Amino acid sequence: MMDAMGIFDMVLALALPWLGWRLLASPDLFRAMVLFISLGLLMALTWVRLQAPDVALAEAAIGAGLTGALFLSALRRLERLSEAERRLAFAGKREEEDEIPPERHRRAKPVAYGLALLLLAVFVLLLAWSLAQTPAGGGLGPAVGEQLGQSGVRSEVTAVLLNFRGYDTLLEVMVLFLAALGVWSLTRVRLPLQDEEPGPVLATLVRLLAPLMIMVAGYLVWIGGSRAGGAFQGGAVLAAAGVLLLLANVTVVRQIPAALLRWGLALGPLLFLLTAVVCVAAGGNLLEYPPQRAGAWILLIESASAVSIGVTLAALYAGGRPPEPPAQDRGGEQGPGRDADADAGGRQ
Amino acid sequence: MGLLHNLGTVCILLGIPFFISGTIGLLRFPDIYTRLHALTKADNVGLGFVVLGLSLQADGWHTVARLLLIWLLVLIASSASCHLVARAALRKKIEPWSRP
Repeated sequence: MMDAMGIFDMVLALALPWLGWRLLASPDLFRAMVLFISLGLLMALTWVRLQAPDVALAEAAIGAGLTGALFLSALRRLERLSEAERRLAFAGKREEEDEIPPERHRRAKPVAYGLALLLLAVFVLLLAWSLAQTPAGGGLGPAVGEQLGQSGVRSEVTAVLLNFRGYDTLLEVMVLFLAALGVWSLTRVRLPLQDEEPGPVLATLVRLLAPLMIMVAGYLVWIGGSRAGGAFQGGAVLAAAGVLLLLANVTVVRQIPAALLRWGLALGPLLFLLTAVVCVAAGGNLLEYPPQRAGAWILLIESASAVSIGVTLAALYAGGRPPEPPAQDRGGEQGPGRDADADAGGRQ
Repeated sequence: MGLLHNLGTVCILLGIPFFISGTIGLLRFPDIYTRLHALTKADNVGLGFVVLGLSLQADGWHTVARLLLIWLLVLIASSASCHLVARAALRKKIEPWSRP
């Protein structure tokens, strides 16, 4: 039995760098993207074999699933560039390239490869050095185990992420928030993202899966207190539901008021930051929850963060801030839904 | 316990040929429609056998329920995505393969 798993691990260890190389060497963007998704799935499997189910869940949901969807939509937009635009871009590129004399080009190549090799060597040396420096007692694991009782949760990973090193997670949530802000400040979203009617099969699928996915997201956040799961995993599933709704071009998505989306985007970072400030104001350290209420605080922050992460990732997929409601509709009683609909349709 | 466990192993082993034949079909069949056929049909039955085998080896009923849910979801997702891929291919006017 042990041997079979050993062979499996060997195949996994060989397949990962091979896939990575194939994906970087592929001139075809679509093929590279498919390889990237396979790489993400195999990576998730590797995390499972390394007994890190939390990371495996995040990798499968975000690394393979959502990033794959983002790549797909980017690819579709690239393909949609009109022939003239493409030719223009190509001509510009040619001119730029012509400015570099060929002999410099030839000299630059070995330098670049040499630098890459040097960096790789330094990285491997650093890795080996830190491995040699790591004490044999399993790193920080025992220390976390000792303090787990006062963290408020039973899962070691959640205890580290939300309590012992909460500020790391705070910054991660902020980074995602900034990414969404960046995309929103660049452009407005163009609905519908799909040219065609969704058709009955896709519509039924979405009606069936979307509620289930929202439930799974809630489950993942809740179970994060004691086992694998948490805000990022739950948020990723929530975002996947959002992507599915966007893909199926469901009317409900277009009728969500923009203000609600903005609040959804800001809820997690805001609550996280507020908690941090309150903790400092109460005389403690940053994110030092009162020990007897730590569990409740963590669940609250995780739930809010999951909502925000879900909205953020789905917004990244949509690729812009919500479409503007038409001017004459703003003071009206009825929501901007129907008219925004027509507006978005017209822009397509 | 022992009998159920062995029965489960037999079921899992029965499932593997379906995956293998599905993969061979994906690699060897001539066009997108036949490949879709090979993939979805073979994998659904193969996964069914694997889930059945794992259920026989499971500790409790809630693991069995989760496994069944996974199988059901994969069935729904794979048949729906098969339909969507085939529809997209038809709209792109890709002709189905026929024996020359």
